[in-house]
Amino acid sequence: MNVPAAWYLVMAALLFGVGTLGFLTRRSAIIMFMCIELMLNAVNLTFVTFARTLSDVGGQVSVFFVMVVAAAEVTVGLAIVVAVFRRRASTSVDELTEMKG
Amino acid sequence: MIAVAYALPDIAVFVVSALLIFGGAIGVLVYKNPVHAALSLILSLFGVALAFLAQQADFLAAIEIIVYAGAIVVLFLFVIMFLGVDHKNHPDSEPLVGQRPLAAAGVVLVIAGVIFLMAKSHWVTGVPSVSTSGHALAKGSGNIRQIGDAVYTTYLVAFEVTAALLIISVVGAVNLARKERPRVGEEAQ
Repeated sequence: MNVPAAWYLVMAALLFGVGTLGFLTRRSAIIMFMCIELMLNAVNLTFVTFARTLSDVGGQVSVFFVMVVAAAEVTVGLAIVVAVFRRRASTSVDELTEMKG
Repeated sequence: MIAVAYALPDIAVFVVSALLIFGGAIGVLVYKNPVHAALSLILSLFGVALAFLAQQADFLAAIEIIVYAGAIVVLFLFVIMFLGVDHKNHPDSEPLVGQRPLAAAGVVLVIAGVIFLMAKSHWVTGVPSVSTSGHALAKGSGNIRQIGDAVYTTYLVAFEVTAALLIISVVGAVNLARKERPRVGEEAQ
């Protein structure tokens, strides 16, 4: 018998917590994006676990779509980081304190 | 509940994937150098792929490694190297007083709440499905067939929209990251 779903769900919740903590405390925009990836992966793990528990492939299809959205998000986000770096020569989010370009 | 004997290999796989996931995640959290953080992100993603594999999501495990570890993290590394970002750029100052303890407390509170709620509902939301063409999750190539069936029939509209989303995001990224040059006509004047 496979490991109970609860173990994977707790693991996913803790991974989401680590990702959130990183997102809230790190300064570099690039590492904040990595923490968003961790959070997305935690949710993906939850989807897959429920897909197994409920024998429904819809959960796995959701993960597929989450991955597509994550790829698009990273592409645009890193382009924004590059554009900001051109102006500020830094990726620290603390320096982005004004709306002025 | 724990007293039920679970197969030892399954437990071993779970423990290994948990170690990979949390080792990598803590690495992302701790490392100052973004390159090291990206590499430990790969470690974490391999752990997630292992957890997928242990839960009959074979196709997603492969995609996790190919797309995430192979493409997205490489994109991260490309940007890090391209910008020449170094850890020296980030002094460890803390403009917001007490941000870290507050963030940690909030995260602990939220995660404890989520786990409590899930334990209270016996770790199950929803009901076992009778859809997905009437049979349980298949293994191996059957898994790919099931996902393909679902994506190209039930979720066809969403699939088409993701195609548009990818095109738009690529165009947007090119537009954002492009260097603004004076046009040829203006240069001649």
